[in-house]
Amino acid sequence: MSEMISVLKLDGTVDEEKIKAIPEDLIHKMYRLMVFTRQWNAKALSLQRQGRMGTLASVRGQEASNIGMGLALEPTDWFCPSFRETGAQIARGTSPKDLYLYFAGDSRGLRPPEGSRDLPICITVGSHLAHAAGIAWGAKIRGEKIAVLSSSGDGSTSQGDFHESLNFAGVFKLPVVFAIQNNHWAISVPFEKQTATKTISEKACAYGFDGVRVDGNDVFAVYLTIKDRLNIARSEFKPALVELVTYRMDDHTTADDASRYRTEEMLAPWREKDPIDRLRKYLTAKFGWDEKKETAFLEEISAEVEQTVRDFEAEPHPKPTDIFEHLYHDMPWHLKEQREEVARHQGEAAR
Amino acid sequence: MARMSMVEAINSALDVMMAKDDRVVVMGEDVGVDGGVFRATVNLIDKYGDQRVIDTPLAESCIVGTAVGMAIYGMRPVAEIQFEGFMFKAYDHIYSHASRIRRRSYGYFGVPLVVRAPYGAGVRALEHHSDAPEALFCHIPGLKVVIPSTPSDAKGLLISAIEDPDTVIYLEPKRLYRLFKEEVPEEDYRVPIGQARLVREGRDLTIVAYGGMVQISEKAAQHVADEGVDVEVIDLRTVWPFDLEAIIKSVTKTGRLVIVHEAPRSFGVGAEISALVAERCLVSLLAPIKRVTGYDVLPPLAKLEDYNYPDPDRVVRAIHETMEF
Ligand SMILES: Cc1ncc(C[n+]2csc(CCOP(=O)(O)OP(=O)(O)O)c2C)c(N)n1
Ligand SMILES: [Mg+2]
Repeated sequence: MSEMISVLKLDGTVDEEKIKAIPEDLIHKMYRLMVFTRQWNAKALSLQRQGRMGTLASVRGQEASNIGMGLALEPTDWFCPSFRETGAQIARGTSPKDLYLYFAGDSRGLRPPEGSRDLPICITVGSHLAHAAGIAWGAKIRGEKIAVLSSSGDGSTSQGDFHESLNFAGVFKLPVVFAIQNNHWAISVPFEKQTATKTISEKACAYGFDGVRVDGNDVFAVYLTIKDRLNIARSEFKPALVELVTYRMDDHTTADDASRYRTEEMLAPWREKDPIDRLRKYLTAKFGWDEKKETAFLEEISAEVEQTVRDFEAEPHPKPTDIFEHLYHDMPWHLKEQREEVARHQGEAAR
Repeated sequence: MARMSMVEAINSALDVMMAKDDRVVVMGEDVGVDGGVFRATVNLIDKYGDQRVIDTPLAESCIVGTAVGMAIYGMRPVAEIQFEGFMFKAYDHIYSHASRIRRRSYGYFGVPLVVRAPYGAGVRALEHHSDAPEALFCHIPGLKVVIPSTPSDAKGLLISAIEDPDTVIYLEPKRLYRLFKEEVPEEDYRVPIGQARLVREGRDLTIVAYGGMVQISEKAAQHVADEGVDVEVIDLRTVWPFDLEAIIKSVTKTGRLVIVHEAPRSFGVGAEISALVAERCLVSLLAPIKRVTGYDVLPPLAKLEDYNYPDPDRVVRAIHETMEF
């Protein structure tokens, strides 16, 4: 079993030598994005309880994995997320407002920003690992020096798509990194019932490339490892499997009730490992971050989140005929007819 | 008798069959400890243990693939796919194997398998959680497809499906899971596969519907009753092979047919019904057949869901157009 890479200790201390590649402003950016993600997420959950948001997978506890991944990518790299990567998506430039729109049931929120190289959220577990391999393959064939990062959960490693995609990546030496956020649960199924291996990283040996295991609540370790692996993929065409060891701190989604299958005792040790607390301790020791700064900072972030909510809720309701758009590049006759039918019945405003 | 919602009736069917026949096993994602994300399998693990109520790894293809193997071996597996939108990972085992083994062993083996999945729209769910893929299964030679519309049908049909010697795709309209309760027998009973239910008798026009569309069609029928239009409503219950006799009998009487389903229109179940009616009793028709269906689009997310999901207004409009032809 491979050892777990860890840089930032629970008490906030680090071996400075190991993080000398991370400039100070990037550390502040990590903190800002992690806190923003947590607040964005908390707000989404509260809007959901008020009926202003749909079903949502909480990312709380996984902010270090998310932000580490999001920031490790180069702008020209591609990113293929599943549904618990909202923080990584925000770090990559997806608008937090669009994510709210999407989770509130407005598909206009799915459109990536102009120039984006991120796929939309993938709901069907495991599928997008193949797409990541395919994008990497295309880039290799075309001679573009980029890498692709896919991210999915421990549950996804049981899918045929996981094995098939990693096998292709190994056989064709594709510039792709498969990150697995091992948050120890796939809804109610604990990690031990998902796989008979002790780790996920060890599965890489079946595909002929490296598997590494990282403390997923340590933003420095995640960032440095993913960045390193993306570099290797980009320059040497060596894929990698990166296991990010973390924990799902909330229910699976807002439709789930985790108290049916997990206890407070299971959660307690992970509260101690909170990724944001840990980074704050480092900031305090290293840069004199204090209560006063923290309070002002939290207020600033919370104002940003509130503004995001206002922007999202100010978005006009999509038009009914929107459901016919973007199914094809050019709309065929049958959809034109059906769109007319809806417009006729809903009135001109529907168009 | 006990008052049960549809999801409770499904749970009761599984319970009754597991008690009666120890070859019956329930398998799928989160079906054990959690009791299923919709609670359809709740408490079964406590009664029957984790050898027969199995929390599987997250792998639809292998859930159905191993269930096919178990069924060939002689078990009676009931495989749950958490949402209909994830059945496609298992489609190969359904399309290429479950439906073919009987023929491919020239009757020597069979696959007495039930694949259950929550089905359809109307609950403001995420992407891939509101699909209506029944036609994709009806089109597979060798399969049966069942979609109940009431708690008591749900139980009786599921028991029949488990006892059926062939593979049955059993789709559960999730909007109906808790929508209403009715009296359901606590013991085992059967609703035969292949037999439609006459929901409401009428002279002027036949509506054929199933699943969540039955109630919506009934509402439309009630609405036009006040205008003096007498509508007959047929609930297919078994979507394929459907009860053609019941449809032909009704259309021969009324001369008018409206088909209602939430699935996309083109190449849907309505198309097959229309073709058969045209082939068998075209001369009885007084007006063109009408289909009220979901459009040929992806199930819209919450904000636009209602514009695609057929409602009583759309059915009433189709009735008017047919009557006025
Ligand atoms: C193919 C497929 N099957 C089932 C589901 C339902 N589902 C959604 S998330 C989930 C568990 C995923 O677990 P994991 O991969 O560990 O990711 P996590 O939710 O823990 O982030 C399941 C079963 C799905 N979305 N896609
Ligand atoms: Mg997980």
